[in-house]
Amino acid sequence: MRFGVIVFPGSNCDHDAWYALTHNLGQQAEFIWHDSLQLPAHLDAVILPGGFSYGDYLRCGAIARFSPVMGAVKRFADEGGLVMGICNGFQVLVEAGMLPGALVRNKGLKFACRPTPLLVETIHSPFTSEATKGQVIHLPVAHGEGCYVADERTLDELESDDRVLFRYLDNPNGSMRDIAGIINKRRNVMGMMPHPERATEVLMGCTDGLVVLQSVVQFAACLAS
Amino acid sequence: MSAFSDDIIALHQLTEGEYQKIVSLLGREPTYTELGIFSVMWSEHCSYKSSRLHLKKLPTRGKLVLQGPGENAGIIDIGDDYAIAFKIESHNHPSFIEPFQGAATGVGGILRDIFTMGARPIAVMDAPRFGPLDVARNRRILEGVVSGISHYGNCFGVPTVGGECVFEPCYNGNPLVNVFALGIFKKDEIFYGKAEGIGNPVIYVGAKTGRDGIHGATMASGEFTEESKQKRPNVQVGDPFMEKLLLEACLEAMQTGAIVGIQDMGAAGLTCSTCEMGSRAGTGVEIDLKLVPQRETGMTPYEIMLSESQERMLLVAERGREDEVFQVFRKWGLDAVTVGSVTGDGILRVKNHGEIVAEIPNRDLADEAPLYDRPHTKPYRPAPYEAPLLPDRTAQLEADLIAMLGSADICSKRWIWEQYDSTVRTNTVAGPGTDAAIIRIKETGTSIAMSLDGNARFCLLDPREGSKLIVAECCRNLSTVGALPVAATNNLNFGNPERPEIMAQLVESIEGIAEACAFFETPITGGNVSLYNETLGEGIFPSPVMGIVGLLRTGPPVPMQFQNSDRTIILLGGLGRCDAIRFGGTQYAKVIVNGLWGLPPELDMDYEKRVHGAIRQIVGEAMAESTHDLSDGGLGVALAESSFGPSAIGASIEFDSELRPEFLLFHEGPSRILVSTAHPERIREIATEHGVQAVTIGVTMKERLRISNRSVTWVDSELKALRGSWETSLERLLHQS
Repeated sequence: MRFGVIVFPGSNCDHDAWYALTHNLGQQAEFIWHDSLQLPAHLDAVILPGGFSYGDYLRCGAIARFSPVMGAVKRFADEGGLVMGICNGFQVLVEAGMLPGALVRNKGLKFACRPTPLLVETIHSPFTSEATKGQVIHLPVAHGEGCYVADERTLDELESDDRVLFRYLDNPNGSMRDIAGIINKRRNVMGMMPHPERATEVLMGCTDGLVVLQSVVQFAACLAS
Repeated sequence: MSAFSDDIIALHQLTEGEYQKIVSLLGREPTYTELGIFSVMWSEHCSYKSSRLHLKKLPTRGKLVLQGPGENAGIIDIGDDYAIAFKIESHNHPSFIEPFQGAATGVGGILRDIFTMGARPIAVMDAPRFGPLDVARNRRILEGVVSGISHYGNCFGVPTVGGECVFEPCYNGNPLVNVFALGIFKKDEIFYGKAEGIGNPVIYVGAKTGRDGIHGATMASGEFTEESKQKRPNVQVGDPFMEKLLLEACLEAMQTGAIVGIQDMGAAGLTCSTCEMGSRAGTGVEIDLKLVPQRETGMTPYEIMLSESQERMLLVAERGREDEVFQVFRKWGLDAVTVGSVTGDGILRVKNHGEIVAEIPNRDLADEAPLYDRPHTKPYRPAPYEAPLLPDRTAQLEADLIAMLGSADICSKRWIWEQYDSTVRTNTVAGPGTDAAIIRIKETGTSIAMSLDGNARFCLLDPREGSKLIVAECCRNLSTVGALPVAATNNLNFGNPERPEIMAQLVESIEGIAEACAFFETPITGGNVSLYNETLGEGIFPSPVMGIVGLLRTGPPVPMQFQNSDRTIILLGGLGRCDAIRFGGTQYAKVIVNGLWGLPPELDMDYEKRVHGAIRQIVGEAMAESTHDLSDGGLGVALAESSFGPSAIGASIEFDSELRPEFLLFHEGPSRILVSTAHPERIREIATEHGVQAVTIGVTMKERLRISNRSVTWVDSELKALRGSWETSLERLLHQS
């Protein structure tokens, strides 16, 4: 399948996502520059990678949401395309209103980089279908602003709609209800703070990220057939 | 009668003799702008005028060395048509004045040194030194430095993969921030800072020039006084986002083939980049300052030439191909303008709106800098030789071990390194908290191991032997993870070289490094000298920091911690020797005795090297389940650290020794590595082949650490109790009120 990896000025996990997809999952992936008004045809999924888009000196993702490519990403999602925001990508999706809630400064006020155990809350999503419900996976987090917040109603709704994909077992940032990753109502746009692309090879110390990316591949394959 | 008052000359930290040299080189009095240019180029920081004579003693050649000292960074051939560039730099003085920005721009500076050569930075390590944490100001400095490094490195997207952090009262008024960076490129795509090709355009790229950092280089070349705190405007402000754009744009522009030479604007900014690029190529450079992008209005030529605004580069392009370069920088939203051209007259000619404000032969600036053979006597050594009376503490060994594990130098630095992104770029095979960091190279089957190390206590007692011990330790760290040490960079942090007893420390340390680096076959490919680390006349301990890199085949790393119970524990290299004199530089002496005396541990370099060969073979044959090198805190601390793995495997150790228990457990003799194994026979064979000892000292066991000697129990503790002290200490020390 074909992935598009968006590159904002300041993205720094773009290459990592590309590498994981092409080398460790054997998929096709291409970079898409932030000023593109259109996505290439025939993409199956788009990844908004980690990093510090436009420096993130304002709220994280607050400038990237106005980036020309985001219009194209929205249209892609509206047409049912799979969109995955990792770390800064999650922040961008939230700022763009494509996912509910907000990501604010970590509770400890410090950047946190460490492997974190996560509970897979649902397998009813294109991003977790290959996992088992209740499975614990370990993925690295690396962010300063990953504390997920939303009003009670939104949080209740996320839970009742089965839209919480991952929860922290060892909450590194103070996220409400230990939320690490969520999906939109239509179940095709997801955001998560931990980095699955950093756990796709034995040499990276862990391969638990494969299940997330493989779910996307499987889902796209099912759609195609 | 000179054109400037003595005060003005002194403010530029030029001596009367140096001023006279300027006049004779120019054949006239300098202009004010020229005075500023000379003052930065001839500062200690840029010219190495006190150390150059002795730096020549360092070995710089080797079969893998593609570029030695003198360029922005050293370069090593790693095979398969790839090379690495690496260097260490200090940002000590700025970090004292403004810890956050000082440390951040320190990271920015060394990263530019790497990518200006065309290499993509893939790893950073840092070795800060602070005063003790019971002083509130030191806590603030540490927090500022750590968040500065974190801010810059994380945003830029380079993993910070290791380092070390040490505390000593001598750093109270003078913290050290040494940052190491390493990058990768293809061997045939190396760029140099040379202004070649007469008539080629000189292009300025990156951030605009402001008034920040003027005279940063001269500030870094003077002692601190009460007035230094007023020098805050001298500290630059870093913008890691701009640097990230600059990185991508430079690497992309280099691919066009239109770039002839490139150099970052670091210390001494536009001055240093123009005259060094001209000097290296034997050409001249002519620029007009009105073309330089400026952040502020009304800047004088003096200010523009001396500004140390960050995230700027100077490059020389092939004439007629400027547009290819401009196009790339436009794509990344960066300023890129032609500010001048390469000339054939060897002169740095600076114009301002057409009017000449400086005209200096490049070579005079870069190569005719003063060179001092400063007098050096016996190294300053404010420590007794004789050991104090050491009471019998056999009954307190367990408590002492816990105290040492919780001491600032030894305790876990997790609080620090979890603030650094250590896994971005997905190459980190072994990250912070290990003996040596390992970064795999995706393009080849090779990995790079790297270790940063210093031991100022040893160096105070004997700068020569202490420095050799540091080199040995770095090489041991690398060998412990299976890597062959191949090259080194050094950061020489010392006090005031005009004091003969301090100069002696520097000279002896350089000679020690030279001897050890030659012996361990790790040539020095570049580095940094930071002198005048004194505040109010109080100097730091002699604090050389070594960064050594090694090569190994890519594969899963051998862990530091015990993996399974019932495995044999072998101390490769043997128990070592120690007496009261040689015990005075240890962490035990520091933490338990509160003293510093005698001599550093004895080093037999030949034996040390054989131990390295043995452990590399052991790791290479996959005979070890864990390996951990002995350093601070000796065997006792190494045993505890090896027990702090996720599976909570400790050890049961039984000695049969006549040594004093604290010597046996805590002496810091080199040449020793702790190994746990399911193949003790093979390990003993390998040790024998290399002519080194391999002493079986016990077995691994679940959840406890038990140490006894001739059936007398010294330590018998649950791992949790030991680990708690080690793991939580730094945070406790930082949050005391």
